[in-house]
Parts: sequence; C-alpha cells; structure tokens
Amino acid sequence: MPAETTIDPATAFAGIPRSPGSAKSDPILVAEHINRHFGGLTAVDVEHLQVQRGVITALIGPNGAGKTTFFNVLTGFDRPDSGEWRFDGQSLKGMPAYRVARSGMVRTFQLTKALAKLTVLENMRLGATQQRGERLVNAMFRPRWRQQEKEITERAYGLLERFQLAGMANEFAGSLSGGQRKLLEMARALMVQPKLVMLDEPMAGVNPALKQSLLGHVRSLPDDGMTVLFVEHDMDVVRDISDWVVVMAEGRIISEGPPTSVMGDQRVIDAYLGAHHDAPLTVEEEEQVLREAEQIEAVRAEETRE
Amino acid sequence: MRVRATAIIAGLIAVVSAAFLLPASTASAAPAGDAPHVRAAALEPSGPLIKGTLVDETDPQNPEPVEGVVITVEDEEGNEVGTETSNAEGFFEIEVPGSGTYTVIIDTDTLPEGRFLRNEDQVQSTATVMGFDKTVQFPIGPDTRQVAGLTEKILERAVTGVLFGLLLALAALGLSMIFGTTGLTNFAHGELVAFGAIVAYLLNVSGLPVIAAGAIAVVCSALFGWMQDLALWRRLRHRGTSLIAMMIVSIGMAISLRALYQYFIGGSRRVYSQYATPSPIFESLSLTLRDVIVMTFALAILVAVSIALQTTRTGKAMRAIADNPPLAASSGINVDRVVAVVWTGGAALAGLGGFLYALKFQLDYQLGLRLLLLIFAAVILGGLGTIWGAMFGALIISMFVELSTLVIPAELKYTGALGVLIVILLIRPQGLLNRAQRVG
Amino acid sequence: MDWGPLFTNSLEAAIGPVAITYCLAAIGLNIHFGYTGLLNFGQAAFMAIGGYGLGAAVVTFGVPFVLALLIGFGGTAVLAVLLGLPTLRLRTDYLAITTLAAAEIIRQVLGSLTLEPWLGGKDGRQGFAATVRDLNPFSGPVDLGIVGFRPFDAWVILIGWLAIALSCLVVWLLMRSPWGRVLKGIREDEDAVRALGKNVYGYKMQALMLGGLFGCVAGFMMGVSRSSVVPDNFQTDLTFFAFCVLLLGGAARVFGPVVGAILLWGMLNVLGNFFGQATSGPNPIIPTWIMDSNQSSLVRFIVLGIALMLLMIYRPQGIFGDKRELAIHAR
Repeated sequence: MPAETTIDPATAFAGIPRSPGSAKSDPILVAEHINRHFGGLTAVDVEHLQVQRGVITALIGPNGAGKTTFFNVLTGFDRPDSGEWRFDGQSLKGMPAYRVARSGMVRTFQLTKALAKLTVLENMRLGATQQRGERLVNAMFRPRWRQQEKEITERAYGLLERFQLAGMANEFAGSLSGGQRKLLEMARALMVQPKLVMLDEPMAGVNPALKQSLLGHVRSLPDDGMTVLFVEHDMDVVRDISDWVVVMAEGRIISEGPPTSVMGDQRVIDAYLGAHHDAPLTVEEEEQVLREAEQIEAVRAEETRE
Repeated sequence: MRVRATAIIAGLIAVVSAAFLLPASTASAAPAGDAPHVRAAALEPSGPLIKGTLVDETDPQNPEPVEGVVITVEDEEGNEVGTETSNAEGFFEIEVPGSGTYTVIIDTDTLPEGRFLRNEDQVQSTATVMGFDKTVQFPIGPDTRQVAGLTEKILERAVTGVLFGLLLALAALGLSMIFGTTGLTNFAHGELVAFGAIVAYLLNVSGLPVIAAGAIAVVCSALFGWMQDLALWRRLRHRGTSLIAMMIVSIGMAISLRALYQYFIGGSRRVYSQYATPSPIFESLSLTLRDVIVMTFALAILVAVSIALQTTRTGKAMRAIADNPPLAASSGINVDRVVAVVWTGGAALAGLGGFLYALKFQLDYQLGLRLLLLIFAAVILGGLGTIWGAMFGALIISMFVELSTLVIPAELKYTGALGVLIVILLIRPQGLLNRAQRVG
Repeated sequence: MDWGPLFTNSLEAAIGPVAITYCLAAIGLNIHFGYTGLLNFGQAAFMAIGGYGLGAAVVTFGVPFVLALLIGFGGTAVLAVLLGLPTLRLRTDYLAITTLAAAEIIRQVLGSLTLEPWLGGKDGRQGFAATVRDLNPFSGPVDLGIVGFRPFDAWVILIGWLAIALSCLVVWLLMRSPWGRVLKGIREDEDAVRALGKNVYGYKMQALMLGGLFGCVAGFMMGVSRSSVVPDNFQTDLTFFAFCVLLLGGAARVFGPVVGAILLWGMLNVLGNFFGQATSGPNPIIPTWIMDSNQSSLVRFIVLGIALMLLMIYRPQGIFGDKRELAIHAR
C-alpha cells in the first residue's frame, strides 16, 4: 500500500468553491473537455473535473446521466470523441485500459465481474501485477515464479481475511452470493495496489447486512493512502461515506460540494425529478427515481431544520 | 493433485514407448498378412495410372466435360506408353509400367469446336510418377485469342453478379432475420439453402416438373425451419443455453445434414431436368430468359419481404425483439410466436435461394458449405441482424466476386470476397449499418 | 457380421495416425477455446501451413527436413499474427467466422493453379517423408497382439504419441502457471482481466500462436503419415471434427483431446465398419434399396453430427468433464 499520510477531508476541502469544476488543493485526477457521443446522443460532456487525493468522492446523478460512460472513458474502456485527462500528472489520453490500471487507477464494474470458474483465491492472485509467471517464457518453469506466487498468495489471504472471504478461498467464485462477489471484486482490485479506486455502484444488489461491512471497507481505503471515486444511487450510502459529491445530469457536471450541501441544491433536485419526464419508465426505474428524490427531499428538510 | 498429473504424464510416455519398442523384435514372427493394411494394399492394380479430367472451366460454377480428346503418354526415351480418348465425363486414364518421368501430350486437333487450351502453348505436361496414380491437368478455357471487349466483359460479369447477388440476398436475409431475433449465428444456414435445392431435385427426378418441384421444396423448407425451431431451438432458448453452445449445436446439425444430403443424392453434380441449357436472349451478355425470370422473381420476393417487415404487425414485433428482447416480451409481444415465424420465413427464403441457385448454377451436396461463408460475408458487411444490410451486403459481395475475375484468376474469386470480409471486420467490425456497444 | 476385424480395425483407428493428427489439432484448440475462449474455426489453416511448409520446402526447394519443420513453425507464427491482428478484438462469433474464412482462403490459394509450380495445385506435394522413413527402427510389421501395424505406420504412431505426451505436458505446465490463470480469466471475462492491468490482446495473441503451433505439428503429422499434402485435406470439416474431438473429451482439460480423439476415431470406425459389412456382399444384411455400400460410409458422419448436438445440449463439459469448471458458458 502507498504509505502516505492520510488526508483530513475537512482540511482538504477548506476553501474549495462548491461549483462544478472547482480546483482542488491536491488533485489526483484532472479531466478536461471530455466529450462522448453515441450517434446523436451526447452521453458525456464534462468541461472540467478535479478529484481530490486521499478522500472519497461520490459521482451521482439520475439514470442515463453518463456516469458509467464517463467511468469507461476515464479508465480506457471507451474512447472519447475529444478531451484530455491526467492521472497523477500523467496523461491517460489514448492509453489502453490495461495500462491505465497498471498506472494505479483501478475500476470495478456495475455488473460484477467475478471470474466464476476460477476459485476465489485464483481471482485474487490474478489481481497482482508484475508477475514473472505471467510471462510466457517463464510460465513453464515453476522455480522462476514459485517464490513470488507465495508472496502474492500471502497478500491475497491478508485481503481475504479483511473482507471475510478467507473461508471461501478455494471455492469457485461462481458459488458466492451477489454481495460476496462485490466484496471479492473490490478485494481483487486492491491486489493491483491502486492509488485511485473507481467503484461503479459498489452497493447495487448487496443485502443490507453485507452492505454495512462493504461500507466499512470503502471508508477505510483512504486510511491506506488510496483515493476513491464511486458511482452510487443509494443516497444514504453517499451521505454516509463520501467526503465530496459530484453530480452529473445529461452528461454534464451540474453541481459539486460536500454531501449535505449538494443534496440541498435546487439544480440537483430538478435534475432528479426532471430526468425522466419524456421517456417512459419501468416500474423499478420509477421507484428508484422516487426513492432518490425522497431522500434528497429528506436531506433538504434536515438542512432547513438546522 | 500436481503429483498425480505428473505421474500420469510420465506413465503415458513410458507406456507408449514400451508398447512400441518391446514387441518390435518379436514382430517379424507374425505373418505379414495379418495386418489389415497390408491385405488392403495387395488389392491395388499392377501399374500406377496417369489420369485426368478435361473440363471447360470457363464458368467455374458450371464446368463442362470435354469428350473425344486424344491423350498420349510417352516415356523418357520418347516411346509411346499408351494413348486414350477422353470419355463423356472428360475422363481419361492411362496405365504406365512403373515409377518414372513421363510426358503427357494432348492432341489439340481433337478438341471440339470452340474449345481451346487456356494456355495454348501447354500441349504437353511432365508427370513424375512415384508408385502412386498421378493426375495431370490441361486447363481448358475461353478462347483468349478473341478477347471480348472490356466493356462487354464487365457488363457480362455484372449481370451474373446481380443475379448471384439477388440469390445470395435471399439466403442472407434469412440468416440475418434469425440472428436478429434470436442471436444465433447459424452455421447450418448453408444447409437450409441446400435443402431447398436438394428437395426440389429429389422431387424433380421422381417425375415432377421443375417449377412444381421448386414450389413444393420452398414449402418443405418453411416446414423444416418451423420444425427445427419447435423441436430444437425453442427448447434450447428456454433452457437458457448459451449462444456459443447453440452455435456448436448448429455445426453438428450442418455436419449431419451434409452427410444426409450426400446419402440421398451422391457425390456428383446434379442438374434439374428442365431449363438447364437455355439459349441466351442477348448473345453478348449470355443473359437468358430463365435468368431474367429468376432475377425478377427473386427481386420481387425481396421487395415483398422488406415491405412486410416494415408494415406488418409481425414485422414490427420482429424489429422490437431484435432491439430489446426482454422489453419486447414485457410489452406483450409473444416472442416464441414471432421467432417461429422468423424461422419459417427465414428457412423458406433460404430454400428458395437454394432452388433458384441450383436452377442457374447446378447443385451438389456441398452447395450449402460453399455458400455459407459468402452468406456470412454478406451479412457481416451489412451488419449482423439488419435487414437492409443483408441485401446490400449480398449485392456488394457478389459483384465483387464476379468483377474481381477481371483482374484475378477465376479460381480465386471467392478468396477475394472472403478477404474483403476480413478487411471489413478490421475497419468496421460492427458492419456498415450497426452501432457500437457500451461496456460495464 | 465379422466382429473380430471390426473390433481390431476400430482399435487401430483409435490410436492410429489420423486420431493422432486430430488429437494434436484439438490440443491446439484446447488452448484457444478451452482455456482462452477464442473460437478459432481456422485450425485447418495452421495445419495446412504446417503440412505445406514441410512439403513444399522439402520437395520444391530441397530444404533439409529439420529446417523445413522450422519453416512450418515460422509460417504458423506469421499466420497467427496476420490472423490475430484484425480478429482478436472482435466478438466471439465474428472471430469464428473470420478464422473460418481465412482457413478457406488459405486452402484455395494453396491449391490454386497460379501457385502450381511450387505447391503442386490439386495434387499437392508428395515424397517428403523420406527422412522419417529412413529413421524407422521397425524393420517388419509390428504386432501388438490384438492390433498390428505396418512398419512405417508403427513408427509414425510412436512419434505421434510421444508428441502428444509432450504436448500434454507442456499444456499442463502452462495451465497451472500464472500465465494460464490469465488465459482462464480472459475466457471468463476479458474486461475484468483488462481492468486488472493485463494486456489481454497480447495474451490472446500468444494463445493463438501457441495453439496454432500445435495445429502446425498436427499438419506435420498429417503430411508425414500420408507422405503427401493435398489442399482437400484441409477443408472446413477438419476444424469442425477437431472441435468434436475436443468437446467429446472435455474442453479445458489437459487430457480432453486425447480421450476425445480415441473415442471419436474408435466410434467412427465401429460405425463405418459395421455399416460397411452390413451392406457388402451379394446378400447384405441391410437391403440395398435402403442403403448401398457407398451410403454406408456416410452413416457415421450423420451420427457424428447428431452426437455433437446431443453432447452440446446434455453434456457440454464433455464425457469426463467437471461441470463446475466448464469452459463454455452452457447457460
């Protein structure tokens, strides 16, 4: 783990304006003029965004706001039509996804990608970078990678213990529950030893009991020197663990700030309520929109009481 | 676990080596005749044969055997070893005393009127016989001394290209419809095409006029498609079988069907009893009335199907399913019924394409396999699952196949088309008319 | 019905040169499909490059046998790169179609009149196995009690099974390594592996090349065992049958191709012999109006296709496979 001194969110954001695209005191990720179109539809149109190092930043927005596409662009899984972005001072433009990951920016996926027919332990080992045994010339000769494999396995067990998966190390990942897969995916991402962890809806489909433990894990990441950027729909989660919130709607960033102030922002409420005026909704989508809107209203009510 | 696998491998090496090395010394004790391969070898004729088939491949789809040509074989000293005249299939075989180098000479004066050697200087060919039969080739082709004007050649190829393209479009449309609604890449689609041609042939030889046989064959194709879906594909879809598994199932089906076709019609080329050699209406284009009717009919069917897909309820439902199957199902579309219609219609179109193709270009049991890759090429060019794309792609592919023969040897014309397929996938993998997808 | 020869013939076929050829081809496909999830339908092309690389180099250009083998390997590597560059970024079904098309292109070009002076057109190349023949330690027919082989066949079979044993060892060593783990990860979900910093494209290329080299060895085996290569040897069905071998024995298992090849060729021969005998003679068991002796040889392929379908539907993990480790997402 990068042994940096942990950053106190309160001081990190002192004096940072609560406006879209505001400059941070120590940004780890800076994105500029990122555009992505699908046919005639503009999925992402981000003028400027900085992500503060060492804290947890949430990216929220109604369905179809372009959050996942923005994630894909930043991590090299999609190519923007235009735009520049730098991670830790290094430009990532045009860099393939695997090199983005190696540079220290590792993501998870909205639909969990646990490798079902590999064991939990093998899933974890796969996360380690710079493995000698992953080179074809060394692969056949075990002595060349045995020692490193042992170290990797130890590190993997350490993380599995922390994520309460050690007991399942030799099970196929396919036999895990949905929540456990989320845990595994996050643990596996940590095997890469990232500087920035990008989580795409880490709480989706996780049962309430496991959710608390998952929340705890996310919250503890900055203590190990990592930065977290995550997409989430559950406003309780966002309020609970994030230090800073960025709101996207229709591909743009419309608001930024600490959780409580952002959720009281009129633009944000309008975005959530207005996002689905034209398109017909499925029952689930409708429920979700209403739930989010209610939560935002509740936060606002709290604010006004204060 | 690891130890066991090592032991198995080591054991395998040991057993195999031992099994062969140990008995090697005792083997001579056994009578040689016991080995079945040795017995079989004894049945071969005394001397090796020099053989060949004289075929006019002006139109590779429709090679014509050349009969009555005198072939002579001489040994190295120039002594005549044997001579023979090609039979009705253009076939000749001459026995030679044994291994050695022989000269095979074709008597060009005995070539029938209008047939010429493709390479007029190659009246003899050297054959090195090494104990086995040796095949020699004398390519016979168009009279290159009276080259038709370039414009005429282009026109002629273009006409063939349009005709072939329309037939390919019928087949491609069926494949594309099935892919669009079910996601299945059907490797047995070529066999559906051959099905129409072969059923029509079997009905035709049992006495039915060609047109009636063709009509019944198309109906049979439709039934075949419907039954396949009902008995197989629908069940696999409901079981949740993956698309790759279904793709491999379709390969199994293709292997079976092809063997079955050969079972019923044998290995050689077949023609229908009527319309096999019509006379051209425009001499220069070798365009016949039959071809014009086939083209008009195919075009009419394609237009009718396209209109049906755009306007009818089922057509709209099909496009809805192709767009988003769960949404279509939840909005009250009976997906199974629509897919059954697609299979029935797709198979009927393929069968019709096959019948019309065989009418023009003859048929054999491998017809489907030969066309399959061109159908895929057409469909991918337009973008898998798009209706217009399939037809558009078919025309481009067939025009390319025909016109490319102006610059590359005719034997490689399909090679060029398949090369185009690969280039397209390199530049625009989603096809010309499809969208890119989002990950995550 | 003469059961003795039926049994011995089938046993001979199950371990004979043809089964060996398909086994080696299927070992290559196992790396492609079983472990990496690449649906390569162009294995015939790699075999053709192997066979023709050897045949043309020795016969046309007079290259020494061992050097010719290296030329075959080199050609395979080049083909893998040419084939992989455009296709490895594609969806599975596109990859399948493209590799199938590439194999057909190569077959047509190898057999073309244009290249006849070098490659022998439809007759291909013969008489390049002399080196192997000269090294044959067997002076007489080899009789193993139940089965027997002519000396050259026995020699080819010995070499072939040693090659298979070595190939299995290589595959086993590779697949227990971290390298093999990356391949299996790619098979499951390549985006997940990419997100962990692995160069998925590079690994796929390595897998394609390595599996292709086994295909190339299969091509050598085919050429040497028949002492000839002709373009018709390398038709589309060759790849499909190799897939049958792999799926029958179980994909993603080291010994899957071995089991599959023995079973498949044994079965094909039992069927071929059975129907051959049942339709031969003046008074055949099956009347000629149902099946004549030409048709009898086709029954096994009809059965093979149906068997492949049933296998995929009911036992996609192969006869001895473990469903939990199944390479194919059957559902």
